[in-house]
This record gives sequence, C-alpha cells and structure tokens, in this order.
Amino acid sequence: MAIDFLYPEFEVVRDQSRCIACRVCERQCANEVHSYDEDLKLMVSDESRCVNCHRCVSLCPTRALKIIKSPHTFRENANWTQDAIQEVYRQANSGAVLLSSMGNPKQFPVYWDKILINASQVTNPSIDPLREPMETRVFLGKKPTNITRDQNGKIKTDLPPQLELELPILFSAMSYGSISYNAHESLARAAVEMGTYYNTGEGGLHKDFYKYGAHTIVQVASGRFGVHKDYLEQGAAIEIKMGQGAKPGIGGHLPGTKITGDVSATRMIPEGTDAISPAPHHDIYSIEDLRQLVYSLKEATEYKKPIIVKVAAVHNIAAIASGIARSGADIIAIDGFRGGTGAAPTRIRDNVGIPIELALASVDQRLREEGIRNEVSLIAGGSIRNSADVVKAIALGADAVYIATGALLALGCHLCRTCQTGKCNWGIATQRPDLVKRLNPDIGCRRLINLLTAWEHEIKEFMGGMGINSIESLKGNRLMLRGVGKKKKELSILGIAHAGE
Amino acid sequence: MKRVYVNEKWCLACHLCEYYCAFANSGEKSMVKALKNLKINPRIHIEEKNGISFAVSCRHCEEPLCVKGCISGALSQKDGVILIDQNKCVGCYTCVLSCPYGAISPTETGVMQKCELCTTNASGTPACVKGCPNGAIVFEERGTV
Repeated sequence: MAIDFLYPEFEVVRDQSRCIACRVCERQCANEVHSYDEDLKLMVSDESRCVNCHRCVSLCPTRALKIIKSPHTFRENANWTQDAIQEVYRQANSGAVLLSSMGNPKQFPVYWDKILINASQVTNPSIDPLREPMETRVFLGKKPTNITRDQNGKIKTDLPPQLELELPILFSAMSYGSISYNAHESLARAAVEMGTYYNTGEGGLHKDFYKYGAHTIVQVASGRFGVHKDYLEQGAAIEIKMGQGAKPGIGGHLPGTKITGDVSATRMIPEGTDAISPAPHHDIYSIEDLRQLVYSLKEATEYKKPIIVKVAAVHNIAAIASGIARSGADIIAIDGFRGGTGAAPTRIRDNVGIPIELALASVDQRLREEGIRNEVSLIAGGSIRNSADVVKAIALGADAVYIATGALLALGCHLCRTCQTGKCNWGIATQRPDLVKRLNPDIGCRRLINLLTAWEHEIKEFMGGMGINSIESLKGNRLMLRGVGKKKKELSILGIAHAGE
Repeated sequence: MKRVYVNEKWCLACHLCEYYCAFANSGEKSMVKALKNLKINPRIHIEEKNGISFAVSCRHCEEPLCVKGCISGALSQKDGVILIDQNKCVGCYTCVLSCPYGAISPTETGVMQKCELCTTNASGTPACVKGCPNGAIVFEERGTV
C-alpha cells in the first residue's frame, strides 16, 4: 500500500485507571475507533478513524475518555499551515474535490462579536420583563404601503398573507435526507410548541409530518425534489431556494446511498439514485423569471401563503435583494457565509460569500432608500449563535432570524463537520436506522424547546434593558448598537456608530 | 404503582443500563472502584437480535409466580415491589424456573438476585432509567400489568 502522508488529526486519550471496559464506546462509534483486545484485556483505539464527535466521550460512564488535537506537527510555517499542507496531500491521494460540512470555520471576522448593545440609564427607564409584558411576536410578509378605506370610510384590514411567529426565530432549511427522520420530527414538534416554523429543505415533506403543516415552510429548490400539489398546500409558506450561504453558486448532491426507502418516496426519485440539485434553477435566469415562479406558486396556492426567496449573501446582495423585493416575493431570507450544510466543496465553503452582518445591514439600508422595505420581510441566517446575535440582527434590520447549526447543536451535534460521511453518531445527519434511532424526538424536541425558551428570556432581558417592550421597536433600531475595534468603512456599512460616539 | 418499562424503539443496545445497575447494587461510591476488572452480573439484561434490542428486568407482576413458588419465603411483595431476602434464599432456583421473563438470576454465592427498583440501595430510584441516554427505559405509572 502506498503511503498517504497523513497522520491522524486527533488522539483518543483513555485513562486506563478509570476504564471499566464496559465497551459502550465501541458499541456507539460508527467509525469503529474503539475495540476490546481479549489478550490484553484492555480497550484500545484506532485514532486514525476518529472524527472527534464526542459520542464516546459523552456516553463513557466513568469519564475515562477525552479527545485531544494531535500535537504532531510540521515545521512551523506561517504560509504553509498544517491544514494547507494536509489538504494538498489529501488531494494528491484522491484526485478529488475536498468535501466538508457545516459552516465556514476559517478565521474571518465575526462582526456580531464587535457589536455592543445599548441599555437605559437615568434618562429613560429600563423595563423588568418579569414584571411587565414584553412583546416578541413578529409577522412576516408584505405590509401595506397606504391606508385604504371602503365606501363607509372604514379602514380596510385585509393584509397580504403573513407568517405569525411567537418569537423572531425560525428553524432554517434542512432536508429529510440530509438529516434524519427523528431530527425532522424534533424540529417540527418544537416549532409547533414554540409557535414558530421549521423548513423542509429541498427533500420534500414526509407524509407523517403533514400534521405539522401549519408550522412548516416547504421549500422549492432547483432540483424540485418532492414538490407536488399536496406538498405546497401543506406548508404555511413556500420558500424558493436560490442559494445557500455555505455554497453560493453551487448545487447540491445527495449521494444515492442516502436515497433509501422513505427518503426516495419523499423526494419522488428512485431508490439509490443520486439526488442532484442543479446550481441554478434552469427556469430562472432573471428577476422576471423569478417573478414567474413566485406567481406560479402563489397561483397554485390561491394567494394564501407568503412566498420566501432565499439567497446566499454575495457581493451584490443589496441589488439582488432589491430585485427580489420587486419580484413579488413576500419575504427574503439571506444566508451568510457561515451558514451550514450537510456537504459542500471545502474550497467553496471557505472562500465564497460574505458575512451576514454586512449583507443584512446593506440590504436593509438599500430597501429603505428605495422605499420598498415594507414590501418584504427580511430573515437573516448563517450562524446566529445565541440570543445576543438575534438581538443584533434585528437591530440591524432583520424581521426574524433563521437558526439551524444552533438547533442541531441542541440535538447533540458536536460540529465534527463530517456529515458528508453519513455516519453521524448522534443520529442527526444519517439515514442508517441503527444510528437514526439514537435521536429520540421526545428528548430532541424538549431540548429545542428549552433552547428557544432560554433565548426568548434573554431577548426580553435585552429589550427591557434598552427600555423597549416590543420587538417591533427594536427592528432596524441601529441606534441601539455600537461597534468596537472596526474600521470606519465597516461601521458605515453596518450603519452603526463606534462605541463612545 | 410506578414500574420500569422499556421501549425497544429507542434502545441502542449500549448496555449502559447493565453497568449502572451493577454499580447501584455494588454499594460503592465510585463506578471505577465498583466495576474495574469485574465481569458484571447485573439485574437488568439487554436482549438483542437482528437489530432489535431491549432491556429486561423484573416486571413486578401483580400476581407474581416467583413469590408463589418460593419455598423458603425469601421472596415477598411489599407495596407492589417484589423483594428478595437473600438471607432466606436457599438457592433452589424455583423462582428462576417460574419467572416468565427470565428476570431472576443467581449470584456468585448461589443465592438469587433480582431488580428491587433500587428501593434497597443508595440510588433510591432506578439507576438504569437515570443512566439510559435515549429514554428507552422509563419509570412511570401505567396502571395494572
């Protein structure tokens, strides 16, 4: 066998004085790292297979295990880093495009962390959210431009279709196929309980989940998998996916090995065939074409459901969003470059797209300048990590945010970024029945509800501190934000002053 | 009465319940000290075949055949929980033969052992339930068995 030049990335450190050889690590590792040596009477590990997902670490009853980054090193080089060298080896071994998953992990600025939130002192009172009512309800959809009256002089109140959210957080698109049945069920049940929505992604909607339809956003993407009349009618809204933050300009590819039984039926493609989503929609080459699809979908659902258009944050995002707002869409979802995925070419994931903070601020600004901000609602996604990010996004101009990576973390994901292997030890990004059953939706749904409830409390605390009792008053309220340690240009795009100003 | 129930749909055959059971009944404070270098003999067992698995322990039947059959009065029923007095057990195996679930097993000393819902050890509530990572074993009220 030729040598591959690769040394394992991690070390499995087992404290043999604690290990009781219960073999739970061995039974739970789909990568087959652990095994029991009958002669040595010891558990042993093959660290070359380890992806650092912590399944074994979490289940070890005596805390005998930990995974550390291997200190094995190349000669130090600021240009040719260890990753850069190893990626060359990997491609020289395989001749293939490098694949990885989840969001861009590279050292780019995280603007959220350079933005600070205001609070009231002396001149305006803060509000205690535990004693006074706080409104976090949000409506997404077109808002009327003028007040119109009927012949009796009464104000007309019939609005275009709206999505009603109890808090400004939705679960973003993850397809059945890329994630498991149990992961979908957890998301769906949590969305129902919390008065928000989850998103089918482009994999269609499993018949079992039709009952959660009132809290489901159904997606129509370039592959049109699983799209049929019932599907469109089930959803509370329809999302046209033009792009995804993790891989702007790139289509999708769910390997045939994951197209099993129910996944194949739900996607309406034969078992074992690769599900290839083209990079563009082949019927959309312009805003006018997009408008045709928007209105086809509205027509198909009798103008009862808002239409979302989801795009990746790219260089001309403000102009693109302006076009989408004019296409008839009710909601624009913008996905930043940190957004996750079940599989993407590593180079694309790490080098294409722009930060959501800048994209969101410039889109909101542009739509205001053009006087069409009320024509659409904005959803920002692509690495909203906590309630502070939510508050900052709303103050920058978002109506609501999409979370997915955060939701998967709540379900047990440890961001090992190997979803593309289909061997998710946490039962999330896999279709192997023995692995899927590891995610009990009763537990998963409870954890998602806990996460959103905790964030809701924190959002209310932030709002109360600012003296704001309704999320509507925070929307686009950039005076509540200040930047630290960023250049003038960056602050001007974000539309916020520097701290101290 | 609250009993231990299993749901094979969520059982992962990780066998942690067996280890938590053995630890709870060891009387030790540390699992390492209790179970290191030991072949465990728990009161709950995972049955597995063809990808299906579930944990089996005493059902605490309302009309227990084991108690009826016990020749020495070692087995008794108190508040619905079937208890064993190992000082009285003579190791005749009548209970082992009469239990339809295979939930009673011998110890190394020849007397029998069985699940007592952790009412007689330091755990207080069933350790297998607390230790199950996927909610496949539950301790709840479901009426009569």
